[in-house]
Amino acid sequence: MADVRLLQGNEAVVEGAMLGGLTFFAGYPITPSTEVAEGLARKLPKVGGKFIQMEDEIASMAAIIGAACTGAKTMTATSGPGFSLMQENIGYAYIAEVPCVIVNVQRGGPSTGLPTKVAQADTMQARWGTHGDYVAIALAPQSVEETIMLTIRAMNLSEEYRTPVILLMDEVLGHMREKVVMPEPGTFKVVNRTKPTVPANWYKHFEITPSFKSPMASFGDGYRFHVTGLTHNEEGFPTSESKKIHDKLFKLQNKIMRYVDDICEIETDGMEDAHVAVVAYGNVARAAKQAIQMARHRRMKVGQVRPITIWPTHDKKYHEIFSSKSLEVIIVAELNQGQYVTEIERVAPKHVKVVSLARFDSELITPDQILNKIKEVR
Amino acid sequence: MLQKSDVIHQYLRPKKAFPNVWCPGCGIGIVMGSLVRAIDKLQIARDDITLVSGIGCSSRLPVYLDFNTLHTTHGRALAFATGVKLAKPKMKVIVITGDGDCLAIGGNHFIHAARRNIDITTILINNMIYGMTGGQFSPTTPSESFATTSPYGNKENQFDIPKLAIAAGASYVARGTVYHVTQLDELITEAITKRGFSVVEAFSNCHTYYGRLNRAGDAVKMIDDMKKNVIPLKAAAKMPPEKLEGKMLTGVFADVEKDEYCDRYDQLIESLKGK
Ligand SMILES: Cc1ncc(C[n+]2csc(CCOP(=O)(O)OP(=O)(O)O)c2C)c(N)n1
Ligand code: SF4
Repeated sequence: MADVRLLQGNEAVVEGAMLGGLTFFAGYPITPSTEVAEGLARKLPKVGGKFIQMEDEIASMAAIIGAACTGAKTMTATSGPGFSLMQENIGYAYIAEVPCVIVNVQRGGPSTGLPTKVAQADTMQARWGTHGDYVAIALAPQSVEETIMLTIRAMNLSEEYRTPVILLMDEVLGHMREKVVMPEPGTFKVVNRTKPTVPANWYKHFEITPSFKSPMASFGDGYRFHVTGLTHNEEGFPTSESKKIHDKLFKLQNKIMRYVDDICEIETDGMEDAHVAVVAYGNVARAAKQAIQMARHRRMKVGQVRPITIWPTHDKKYHEIFSSKSLEVIIVAELNQGQYVTEIERVAPKHVKVVSLARFDSELITPDQILNKIKEVR
Repeated sequence: MLQKSDVIHQYLRPKKAFPNVWCPGCGIGIVMGSLVRAIDKLQIARDDITLVSGIGCSSRLPVYLDFNTLHTTHGRALAFATGVKLAKPKMKVIVITGDGDCLAIGGNHFIHAARRNIDITTILINNMIYGMTGGQFSPTTPSESFATTSPYGNKENQFDIPKLAIAAGASYVARGTVYHVTQLDELITEAITKRGFSVVEAFSNCHTYYGRLNRAGDAVKMIDDMKKNVIPLKAAAKMPPEKLEGKMLTGVFADVEKDEYCDRYDQLIESLKGK
């Protein structure tokens, strides 16, 4: 019989993490993400995993990177202020090619902002938060059930591509309870990083292969490599040679961008003959779905686009999605002052108008609001 | 018997090109020698050692040595090391850090690692200044000393590293200098052997910045002065306080037995089995 439960979004992260093979969690309490830490503090030691409450979010991010270097599958969870503190070390994980998952249950900001209220205002921080050139992978679930699957997927992507992956949730999703059909073991994929098979003196921890993917040894495996946040060569030693610097940064960019077909999931509905498209991610996509149904009852041709992978952007796929001759307007609905809309403007055809439906008063966007916008732009 | 330097050569990374980043005469190299001799004496397998460091001249030490090495972000070495150790408790984790790295930006991680009493050995290379960024004052720069950011003399007070470490909960706390090399070898050996959080303050010279800005002389003079200014703890115990004024005490400040964090976590895992 199917395992049906009533779960909160944050509990779904815990379930997903356990199903995905998490072995190490470090975090610091912050509303509205704390239930993730609480759940894993209970569950991890029961299966021999490790949970640690660190002294802050900088330390939490550092600890999961250290643990991942020993082979652990790792995660931390936080909200806005903590996400800001993690940024330097997220960049470290990126350049040092360390798999790890960062869950950000978004609240309203800036600063302490609205600890118990909903927002999607870290969309751009997830993309550009750390300094330097950076390619982010970020996923945005819309329901509690999807949160389980995307937590597993976030872990899988981080292992596959040796890079930090961000799960962008929000306060409503984190705290809302919904019916969930638990995935049966064996019905979903669990990815573990590829280990090297070469002898120790051949191994390069940061090898640049034709596919840009490279195996990853753990500390203690007998390879004795160097890991650093300084820009490094394939051996991991700091370099100031311009060719090696270019090759490293090019690899980091392309080991993700070459695989957007695998990484990027975008759900669409009715885009073939739509006059108006609504782009929405996370919980707003649910309001969008309802609004579109209401619009279709009124014989309006409206399509839906739901980015599940919100970063990186799959330009080509968007060009296809927006290629229908009938398309005139794209509405981007989001709980911030208009962040993702700038990205959609970038990938939308020149003749299509892109308008923003931005709400930032800590309330959800309602289907009526979206319907009104559809009527207004049509 | 091998010469002291031959032991170091055995542990240098074959593929890491020299020269190193340090100024000629910098004491950090001496600390590296002591660390290698301690590890060699204890005969710990190289694969079972992870060196973790932050950012600074001192934090560049691990890259030269043939162990698992993790050069992290400024101040965060102990937080990364905590992850390494808890995820893989049989790993010997040794943190190499500077006075700025460990006590300014990393001060919070330092007291919390000590409080947890996690089995990490911290070798804190104290040169009383920020070397890598060019001579700004640090939490161990003496009051009224000069640095590029205290051009009129430092108006702040110094941390007393052993007192700080003990108060925060470390199991083993010692101080040595780069002049007293044999003692430094021993202190590091003891610290690595200790189960629990151990700290060795290795007092070192930054003649390039501290020396120049404070007219403290070149490397030879600064290291020679350590001989004159140091009193071993045991001798100090028998001396009147006025004789200790301005002197630096060396030796073992604390060596206590207490439960170690990873051991306690493993006991927890054990106790939850089958529940
Ligand atoms: C977040 C951050 N802030 C500042 C710096 C610049 N920085 C690099 S090393 C350093 C100080 C190092 O001093 P210390 O730890 O005493 O080491 P030393 O160089 O003296 O051995 C600073 C401030 C940095 N790398 N990262
Ligand atoms: S600047 Fe100072 S601490 Fe850095 S290598 Fe030179 S002497 Fe040593």
